[in-house]
Amino acid sequence: MGTLLRIKNLKTHFFSAGRVIRALDGVSFQIEEGEVFGLVGETGCGKSVTALSILRLIPFPPGKIIGGEIHFKGKDLLHLDEDEMRSIRGKEISMIFQEPMTSLNPVFRIGDQMVEVIVLHQRLDRSRASRKVLEMLQRVHIPDADRVMNQYPHQLSGGMRQRVMIAMELSCHPLLLIADEPTTALDVTIQAQILRIIKEMKNELQTSILLITHDLGVIAEMCDRVAVMYAGSIVEEAGVEEIFESPGHPYTQGLWGAIPRVDQERETLSVIPGMVPDLSQLPPGCKFHPRCPYRFAPCDQSTPPLFQISPGHLASCYLYSKGETDG
Amino acid sequence: MGRYILKRVLMLLPVLLGVSLVSFSLLHMVPGDPAELLAGEEANPEFIQALRKEYGLDQPLYIQYFHFISHVVRLDFGISIRNRQPVIKLLKERFLFTLQLSFLSILIAGLIGLVAGVISATKQYSFFDNMSMIGALFGVSMPIFWFGLLLMLVFSVHLRWFPAGGKGTALHLILPAIALGAASSAVIARMTRASMLEVIRQDYIRTARANGLREFIIIYKHALKNAMIPVITVFGLEFGYMLGGAVLTETVFSLPGVGRLMVEGIFQRDYPVVQGSMLLVATTFVLVNLLTDIAYAFFDPKIRYE
Repeated sequence: MGTLLRIKNLKTHFFSAGRVIRALDGVSFQIEEGEVFGLVGETGCGKSVTALSILRLIPFPPGKIIGGEIHFKGKDLLHLDEDEMRSIRGKEISMIFQEPMTSLNPVFRIGDQMVEVIVLHQRLDRSRASRKVLEMLQRVHIPDADRVMNQYPHQLSGGMRQRVMIAMELSCHPLLLIADEPTTALDVTIQAQILRIIKEMKNELQTSILLITHDLGVIAEMCDRVAVMYAGSIVEEAGVEEIFESPGHPYTQGLWGAIPRVDQERETLSVIPGMVPDLSQLPPGCKFHPRCPYRFAPCDQSTPPLFQISPGHLASCYLYSKGETDG
Repeated sequence: MGRYILKRVLMLLPVLLGVSLVSFSLLHMVPGDPAELLAGEEANPEFIQALRKEYGLDQPLYIQYFHFISHVVRLDFGISIRNRQPVIKLLKERFLFTLQLSFLSILIAGLIGLVAGVISATKQYSFFDNMSMIGALFGVSMPIFWFGLLLMLVFSVHLRWFPAGGKGTALHLILPAIALGAASSAVIARMTRASMLEVIRQDYIRTARANGLREFIIIYKHALKNAMIPVITVFGLEFGYMLGGAVLTETVFSLPGVGRLMVEGIFQRDYPVVQGSMLLVATTFVLVNLLTDIAYAFFDPKIRYE
């Protein structure tokens, strides 16, 4: 298996009222073919901005990708013109959003919205595209799929709409599906169904998935590899079992400490002291150092690069420098 | 959908009943004896008595109302006192003309308003946006008689492109339609801009972009159909006002429309004409409202399936 997506040192900034908000401040990771890659972090750490940057859908103004590389199948997406980029969106890279209630156009029928995308990218005529829509709706287990095709979004529940979104976004067999908090807005039971459907579809279509969530349970359930984001940077990356068993970065350890567990009796959950920094006034050096219990000499001097803890396990923390020089 | 329309049509009936009551009462609400009013100032008593008999004005009011209604449903609005022609004939001529003028006017206003509104919204705070919003400000604040005279001065007197007034050819309608539509196009442009600005920030527009649709399709199909819902209201109101007679425009360009017919009727105390045109204008307005409601259902499936 080869590498499908490689992001290097991606920087997306927002410019507002004379301030520069460094939403992405040098993000690097890669996604292999057929892999489910999880991106986890608190609200506002830059997960969604990463997703929108990949599709180059950052609204300008105020946002702008100011540097870095996004290699997809060997091409740097940041060097494509708008037409080339459009032919990738929805066809080779698709995206499911967090809000199923508002992500479908309320004034068009479900079937027509899906047909439009299929006709656009697969050059099928409308009747063959309709058959394809029906097939996709059935594959995501929508009962009465032929009736749903003629319905409007407001006639469906949130879970059904998210299934429609999944069917729509997978209808052109994309190589990469970006799922941005696909279950956050749904009931817990519906969440499990949606995750199962995503997993099933991934196995059938061999699609790679970039799964964005703040829900560690979803990560554990779905992902092969995981990256943890903090304040616009990736602080740790590892295989899913490795990162849950031996988290390396103090921030990840802090996050894990905040998970309630049924097998341990605890009065209170542990909390990471301090606050997420203002993205327009980031601290020098490691962005986590003001909140870090282990901080020492170099932490407020320079940003730690990703050090290798074990093969495939990287953390951006000087605790793991082990005599390596920080370039 | 059928039920929705039926409901709207049934809701018209009480409104129309009210309109008929008001226009019927007109003759009885002005001070003085209705028969004397109808006869005019210098009529002799015998003539007034004959008229009272002829019009049934000696009957009780409810009988008179019943007579009035039974004539109205047969499209008989009586005879004009001043020129002795059936009112329906006058109304027909004038209304056909008003209809033509209004259609052309709302077409121009709609086209300019929608396009300017959409471009302003998609290029918010751009030069075009600022210019068109300043233009819209002028559009709503310019008195129609002043703008009409200005158009006439430039395009009829100096450039000699269009006739300065009267009716006959399509050319005669262009300047009045522009004068009449200017304010409407301004209102439509501002409403479209506001509505589009809201819609293009919605999640489903982001979905459309993420699906690789062309920007033109996203704006003019996916966004505009949503943005039209509040704009439809403005269209209906503006079109209703136009059909109700554009007295000022008709006066400036000396055009034979319903508005002037009614105003002349009022000045000449020609009560059958005033009653007839009141009924016509009110009914048209109500019907335009019905069309607006049906148009809502076309644009918004939530209304269709309520």
